[in-house]
Amino acid sequence: MRIALFATCLADTLYPRVAKATVRLLERLGHEVVFPAASTCCGQMHVNTGYQRAALPLIRHYVDTFAGFEAIVVPSGSCTGSIRYQHAMVAGRLGDSRLAVRATKVAARTHELSELLVDVLGVTDVGAYFPHRVTYHPTCHSLRLLQVGDRPLTLLRHVAGIELVPLPDAESCCGFGGTFAVKNSDVSTAILADKMRNVLATGAEFCTAGDSSCLMHIGGGLSRLRTGTRTVHLAEILASTPADR
Amino acid sequence: MSTFLGLPTAPAGVGHLRGSEPFPVAARRALADTQLRRNLAKATSTIRAKRARVVAELPDWEELREAGRAIKAHTLAHLDTYLEQLESQVTARGGTVHWARDAPEANRIVTGLVRSAMATEVVKVKSITTDEIGLNDALAAAGISAVETDLAELIVQLDHDRPSHILVPAIHKNRSEIREIFLREMADVDPGLTDVPAALTQAARQHLRRKFLSAKVGISGANFAVAETGTLCVVESEGNGRMCLTLPDTLITVMGIEKVIPRWADLGVFLQLLPRSATGERMNPYTSMWTGVTPGDGPQDFHLVLLDNGRTAALADPDGRPALSCIRCSACLNVCPVYERVGGHAYGSVYPGPIGAILSPLLTGIEDNASLPYASSLCGACYEACPVKIDIPSILVEQRARHVEATHGRSAEAITMAAAAWAMSDPARFAAAQRGGQLGRLLARHGVIRRLPSPLSGWTAARDAPAPPRETFRQWWRRTGRP
Ligand code: SF4
Repeated sequence: MRIALFATCLADTLYPRVAKATVRLLERLGHEVVFPAASTCCGQMHVNTGYQRAALPLIRHYVDTFAGFEAIVVPSGSCTGSIRYQHAMVAGRLGDSRLAVRATKVAARTHELSELLVDVLGVTDVGAYFPHRVTYHPTCHSLRLLQVGDRPLTLLRHVAGIELVPLPDAESCCGFGGTFAVKNSDVSTAILADKMRNVLATGAEFCTAGDSSCLMHIGGGLSRLRTGTRTVHLAEILASTPADR
Repeated sequence: MSTFLGLPTAPAGVGHLRGSEPFPVAARRALADTQLRRNLAKATSTIRAKRARVVAELPDWEELREAGRAIKAHTLAHLDTYLEQLESQVTARGGTVHWARDAPEANRIVTGLVRSAMATEVVKVKSITTDEIGLNDALAAAGISAVETDLAELIVQLDHDRPSHILVPAIHKNRSEIREIFLREMADVDPGLTDVPAALTQAARQHLRRKFLSAKVGISGANFAVAETGTLCVVESEGNGRMCLTLPDTLITVMGIEKVIPRWADLGVFLQLLPRSATGERMNPYTSMWTGVTPGDGPQDFHLVLLDNGRTAALADPDGRPALSCIRCSACLNVCPVYERVGGHAYGSVYPGPIGAILSPLLTGIEDNASLPYASSLCGACYEACPVKIDIPSILVEQRARHVEATHGRSAEAITMAAAAWAMSDPARFAAAQRGGQLGRLLARHGVIRRLPSPLSGWTAARDAPAPPRETFRQWWRRTGRP
């Protein structure tokens, strides 16, 4: 299958390893991955911070860039959620009903990574190898907005060598929340403290999730406190093979 | 704000709906209150678990939620009709209906009614609506003392404090604190009082019993008002509300106009949704209902004060309107990661938590409550828990947009956001911005950045930031000659 990658502005700029892992994984499964050079950002940060008007060109740009593709993969639950539930809403609210209709069509072909693997490509064992103790944090937008359910965990359970440990109070928010992490940094940090406590209680070497943004927040806290526990994106685990060791 | 539905410009809500400082400032202080943090964590996690248990028992919970949502949406779309029906039913059954545009008008009406009943003391059923309008202060200014009879409201009142939760007003206090308050503030208390819950309840009971027997006027809010019958309904746990609703000769009920429901049968939906969502009980211990006046039984003089105080303004806002469906169960507070850590006072309004973060600005206007819509990580736990399916995250995002539009893009943040959108809507400009960002490597040591300049300094106060990589994904893609 020919799959277009929307890397997300965050992974493109700060976590290229996540986007590269997505490419590696899908190519290993026999698919063709294309990265439209025009792709940039979904506009979620703008919409969620109140800048819907500023987000409109970003939404239009996303729709224009990806309109021609059959399947689009996004290594982020949050960005997929924005594309699926906000793009048409914002376009409609700002009076561009034609864009709203196009956005709905493109959104229907846009899949978060675990959705693409399980629902579209029909695989649960991607042939990965990751010999580490890992705990999984279901990010809020993957969990509640997209309702990915146990797709990520199913994929992780099939990874060879992995020791998967349940995260206590897993469904609680990590406190990231986009610009919330800066505007209300004290509250964000207080929420993070409990998430870190739960991650550390598992004794895991890695905390994984389907969103680089939440992982940047959790990982930033774990690193600041020199816990030695690290964060790794779901795509990176699923892309790992013995050859990578 | 746009008004349609042919409504005249609606008055903004006034009263206890906004704090004196922005949310982040109040929240920072709350976060440092160790006792508060402990009490809240314990109380919210207990209620959360109870709620989850009883909700899981009902196979048709999702259908019930949808029914609750639909009834409320229908009612709000025909609010004028149902309010007039309610008025005529209450009047036909011997009650008197008053309409109050805002808090001062409602307070004037109630004060006048208490005065004409020749009372100097009133007993009160727990009611956030009367907290919203600051009724107790207004009564005090008129020389009338209001006695809160809900145990938790009484604790808060005795301590000269404010409620911090819409259902459990004293959630921020533990039993040793309550014992100290009783010993200090209750004139007739046994000096040997212990902090055993039964002893504390007994002390409150004795204190209140005397008030119930002497009170000439009772004041309540209402959970529901049935338009087709004119029936008012109050749901509670302690039975103290029942005392206030039945013993005094005069009963005054202050009710927000959004509390009306069309039919008697609709109660069947809400009386299942509310207790399970609120206290995690299958059914609450006391459900009181009354219709007008019944000669020789209960209050012989009944007044219903219908309060607007910003509600028609919220009704006229197509995006904000669903917030008026709220049945004040407080499930959204109990599941909220922000509320759980800061408690109710940080929100500055009598309506705290996720619902407060949308309802307070809708009632007052966004310019008076600009920081509240940002007091959320948009995790969506509130929407998932809400028994009437209010999409709180979407309304928060919408309120943020209202705020930004009201500031006309002149803030430093607006300029940054506009610049970012300009850069990111074009791949060449985006790539250039990324290259600029790679200069951030200069700030990094060992792959992380430990301190960023303002406004990102809040991030690095407690979290490392990632160092920009040597090569962005886009650069890698091009370098490796991919399509
Ligand atoms: S918004 Fe929903 S969950 Fe929150 S108090 Fe109101 S009814 Fe309950």
